[in-house]
Amino acid sequence: MGNLEYKVLVGLEIHVQLCTQTKMFCGCALSFAEEPNSRVCPVCLGMPGSLPVMNKQAVEFAILAGMALNCQIAQFTKWDRKSYYYPDLPKNYQISQYDLPLAINGYIEIPTDNGIKKIRIIRAHLEEDAGKNLHTAGNFSLVDLNRAGTPLLEIVTEPDMNSAIEVRALAEELQRIVRYLGVSEADMQKGHMRFEPNVNLVITRAGQEFKTPIVEVKNLNSFKALENSINYEIGRQLDRFNETGEVMEMGNKSTRGWDDAKEVTVLQREKEEAHDYRYFPDPDLVPVETNEDWLIPIQERLCELPLKKRLRYVKEYGLSDYDAGVLTSERATADFFENAVKSGGEPKRVCNLLTQYFQKRANERGCNLTELGVKPQQVAALAKMLEKEEISATAAAAISDAVVLSEDLDPGKYAQEHNLLQKSDAGELEAIVEEVIKANPQAVEDFKAGGKKSGKAKGFLLGQVMQKTKGRANPKVAAEILDRKLA
Amino acid sequence: MNQLSAKELRDKIKAGEIKSVEATKAVFERIAKVEPTVGAYISIFEEQALAKAAQVDKRIAGGEKVGELAGLPVAVKDNMCTTFGTTTCASKILANFHAPYNATVVEKLLSSDAIIAGKTNLDEFAMGSSTENSGLKRTVNPWDIERVPGGSSGGSAAGLAAGLCFAALGSDTGGSIRLPASFCGVVGLKPTYGRVSRYGLVAYGSSLDQIGPVTQTVEDCALMMNVIAGYDPADSTSVDEKTAPLCDYLAKLDEPVKGLKIGIAPKFNAGADEQVRKAIDEAINTYRNLGAAIIEIDMPHFDYAIAAYYMVATAEASSNLSRYDGVHYGHRTRNPNDYIEVYTKSRAEGFGKEVKRRIMLGTYALSSGYYDAYYLKALKVRNLIRGDFVSVFEKCDCIMMPVSPTTAFKMGEKLDDPLKMYLSDIYTIAVNLAGIPGISIPCGFDDKNLPIGLQILAPAFGEENLLRIARMYEKQTDWHRKRPNLNG
Ligand SMILES: [Zn+2]
Repeated sequence: MGNLEYKVLVGLEIHVQLCTQTKMFCGCALSFAEEPNSRVCPVCLGMPGSLPVMNKQAVEFAILAGMALNCQIAQFTKWDRKSYYYPDLPKNYQISQYDLPLAINGYIEIPTDNGIKKIRIIRAHLEEDAGKNLHTAGNFSLVDLNRAGTPLLEIVTEPDMNSAIEVRALAEELQRIVRYLGVSEADMQKGHMRFEPNVNLVITRAGQEFKTPIVEVKNLNSFKALENSINYEIGRQLDRFNETGEVMEMGNKSTRGWDDAKEVTVLQREKEEAHDYRYFPDPDLVPVETNEDWLIPIQERLCELPLKKRLRYVKEYGLSDYDAGVLTSERATADFFENAVKSGGEPKRVCNLLTQYFQKRANERGCNLTELGVKPQQVAALAKMLEKEEISATAAAAISDAVVLSEDLDPGKYAQEHNLLQKSDAGELEAIVEEVIKANPQAVEDFKAGGKKSGKAKGFLLGQVMQKTKGRANPKVAAEILDRKLA
Repeated sequence: MNQLSAKELRDKIKAGEIKSVEATKAVFERIAKVEPTVGAYISIFEEQALAKAAQVDKRIAGGEKVGELAGLPVAVKDNMCTTFGTTTCASKILANFHAPYNATVVEKLLSSDAIIAGKTNLDEFAMGSSTENSGLKRTVNPWDIERVPGGSSGGSAAGLAAGLCFAALGSDTGGSIRLPASFCGVVGLKPTYGRVSRYGLVAYGSSLDQIGPVTQTVEDCALMMNVIAGYDPADSTSVDEKTAPLCDYLAKLDEPVKGLKIGIAPKFNAGADEQVRKAIDEAINTYRNLGAAIIEIDMPHFDYAIAAYYMVATAEASSNLSRYDGVHYGHRTRNPNDYIEVYTKSRAEGFGKEVKRRIMLGTYALSSGYYDAYYLKALKVRNLIRGDFVSVFEKCDCIMMPVSPTTAFKMGEKLDDPLKMYLSDIYTIAVNLAGIPGISIPCGFDDKNLPIGLQILAPAFGEENLLRIARMYEKQTDWHRKRPNLNG
């Protein structure tokens, strides 16, 4: 059948768990891995007579995220009940937003090999999460409602992504954004982000275009599963088209699950069931009106987003894209970096200190770079000493270790007290070089002879200089003196 | 003692003239005598009530401060959650349900030192006009035990009329306080939607439900409102006191409303039985003699109220009642084959006929393809009805009309004809759709010695005026002092 030309189309539905103090409609604290049914109350248990009360913080978090995703924030929005029966849904309806979502018509920018790409966002709305069914070996299931009522932001994109890599890029970018905004911990292990891609292909054969039926892959909660499931679907849909020629029609959208062990998607529902969720406005809640007095302070909490920051670091500071990516992956790291630069540290040197010394220390301690107890001013001071060649790289490492142990430490003072300042004073170094030359005639001879042995001999002589100065000689200055003396 | 109003008894208890324990004992003696006939209560709390009464007495004797309802035996409709006893909604599906929390109104009764004597019968989940839809118990009308007490707060009204408590709480979704109050010859107020917290009231039609007092007198009604009215942060639909300030409903109760203008709609009243109509006309005459002006009004959309109501209420009910599924609490079927059967069989076994009918009706109204034609249209009609009231209240202070076209009907008379039953609420339903307050006060008897109720409606949050207007009539008449002659 030959090679087919095809284009991949992927749209994403993403559920992001917001890190509010309390659940969406009651006063219970959010929960992870607590004793089952220990974080519940009459409201999130759906007890008779209980009533929901909107969590304002959740709405503000959602608005902030909506703003960061360049959405229009609705001036008027409301809560709707979505009805379906499932044991983990205590009221047998979920409070969600149907026809008037909180945010619409936005976009998110993602990095691709061909530069920045805009992915359109259709809508973002708030809803409450369900509990969890725990299937046991016996003839029954147990239900844990700790998660019931946890606020979720559901984000729906247009099918603007054309590869699994782009989908992953979006997912990772979104993770960084919500973390930057402080609206979600976006911890994949804890299920804070769940993805449902809609995948199909546009195949060109003999000048004609064919669209394969859309497949929705349910409930993916890792970047890897997201990427792999899409790649698997691309292959599977191509094969199926070649076998059957089946194309997209009304009602032939299907739902598949991801088998992590076998790395395949598995059919869940053949045909899109005519789900009737019987949406209607929740009479227990009042509509939400957003006005400027409310929105402006939220807008002020917006910050420079990670991708913008990353591009700026490359452009403004001349950092490599890789380093810029590392520094901007978390807001706290980026803020730390910028504060160190503001305190006079040369950006590249600050970047090197952070990514080389301090990141390692943080990794060793299993903490974040910003949790090391180091101050940006200390890093800036180190960077300045390096720039002025007052200290060697080795000394910088030693001082860094000391800084990690004491946050009040002044790197300059410490260098002085511990004799770590480099000897760049030509006069003093000349004397030492002179001594070394006298003491090592054989090496001098080798050096002068040129050829293979020469480089080795020079290294040896410089090593001697370093030894005599206990590593404090500025290697550049020492080499210059040596060159001059033996010329 | 059983002849005293709640306010009178409360005053005597506070003054130390009567002990709460005596009053409470008297109530339980009366219950022992006539409750087997009346069937007002689903549960009674004699021991707990007497203990609390003794405690209140002790505090009064010790000169301590006590609450507004100190020592007063009251009853609560069994669709309000209490941590003590069961909260059944008169449904088999909740027959053994113990609520883990108290409804806000229950908390308010307790903190104002009321004695909760028991929880009263109702139509299952408050769906009905006769209390015959109770899945657990039969309540009769104390004025004629062959007849219904009205519904759905039939237990509260019948119990009060029979002297089984001094005041009670009911809930009103389409007339469920006013209709039984009228049938049983007592006072019943449906407050403005949002005036009383619904937290802990088991929902039927959430946008229509409102808790209110069922009392012997208008004065008792004002006393109860002083306790239960007010904003509740746990109920997002309760109205904050800045938007609608609270007041002491007793403070100006005895001041007649000057220059009172009463709206009447003869066109509607014409639909009532002749004897009902006559009683209403006479009541309006009483007001005329007190100097009130009578104005004829028109409410062009009133005729559509019942249709709109049965769409809105049942749609909300179908969703509200979906939680009774046998999974988390309440009745669960024995030996289900799979989890789908847990739902289908538990619900089929637990719900009564009328509840099933309304769930199906509401589910249909919300289904895709029908939503616009039914639910959305009903909401539009609702807005038109609201508009009718707003324009009418520009011309008058209140509207007067019957509560029901008839007096109490016979048991079983309308049970097999739901449409006929629904028409009992023809005068009360529009009030819930509009969210305004309405009161039913006794205004006479028909030739079968069955009570007739006068309904008075006021603008939203106009309870203070409404009670004053009702009180003007109460002071001129003795209807509220009449008691049914029950054996015992
Ligand atoms: Zn809760």
